[in-house]
Amino acid sequence: MTRARVASFFSGALFGVGLAMSGMLDRERILGFLDVTGAWDPTLLWVMVGAAGTTLISFRFVFRSWPFLRQQFAAADQVGITKSLVLGAALFGVGWGVSGYCPGPGVALLAVEWRTAVLYLVGVIAGSLVAHTFAAKSSAATPITCG
Amino acid sequence: MVQPLLGGVLIGIAATVLLALNGRIAGNSGMLHGLLPPQKGDADWRVLYLVGLVAGAAGYGLLQPQDLAAEAARYAPPLAVVVGGMLVGLGTRLSGGCTSGHGVCGIGRLSVRSLVATLIFMAVGMLTVTLLRWR
Repeated sequence: MTRARVASFFSGALFGVGLAMSGMLDRERILGFLDVTGAWDPTLLWVMVGAAGTTLISFRFVFRSWPFLRQQFAAADQVGITKSLVLGAALFGVGWGVSGYCPGPGVALLAVEWRTAVLYLVGVIAGSLVAHTFAAKSSAATPITCG
Repeated sequence: MVQPLLGGVLIGIAATVLLALNGRIAGNSGMLHGLLPPQKGDADWRVLYLVGLVAGAAGYGLLQPQDLAAEAARYAPPLAVVVGGMLVGLGTRLSGGCTSGHGVCGIGRLSVRSLVATLIFMAVGMLTVTLLRWR
């Protein structure tokens, strides 16, 4: 269990380095990527290509074996294309475009400009608790898989 | 182009580490939602991941100061940041993921559900910024 904690910290730290290195803590770059009719900034596209390109290859190997420090892969809380998936993704899209931050950069921003990060995270926490309170939970505990 | 690609690969490796060792999806919104409220025996690894996220960004900031990011954050309209944050919190909890969980990890494991979510939030984000910057 302790090794799993170290792995969590290490994974988070690597993610944080990747976000900072790729310029993803800069909201102007995010808004520039979303501003397709303006002066479009392709930076986020390259980040996604690097990240998803890596997982597309590496996850193939990972799913062939059990995770090393646990009994099994975690379960997904929902399956299929549901109304909450579509509505939630759309609401997230609006919030992303309005704030310029998605959750990862929003947390990592604490290292760069903590006042803005705290303001953003207060909003995220409030929104999360609203969803937790009012949304009906569909719990189909299916282990995450590949493909 | 090289630095964003390299940073992206590091993010992909980070997600691979968490999945391979802990069997968990490196979804940043899920990390937060799982703590609201915290569940017994399921909180510490999430907190450590999030502390790592901040520490990693801080550490890289020592190598290459994040001046542009800091300036952009300072001049961000506070109302947009907090209201946008609320919509992000609400939306990612409803849909079960964000750019990392649905985007990076979902695409990596060929999840149709995640691909649909990613296409929706990207398209709606683009529409939102286009409308906000309309003149």
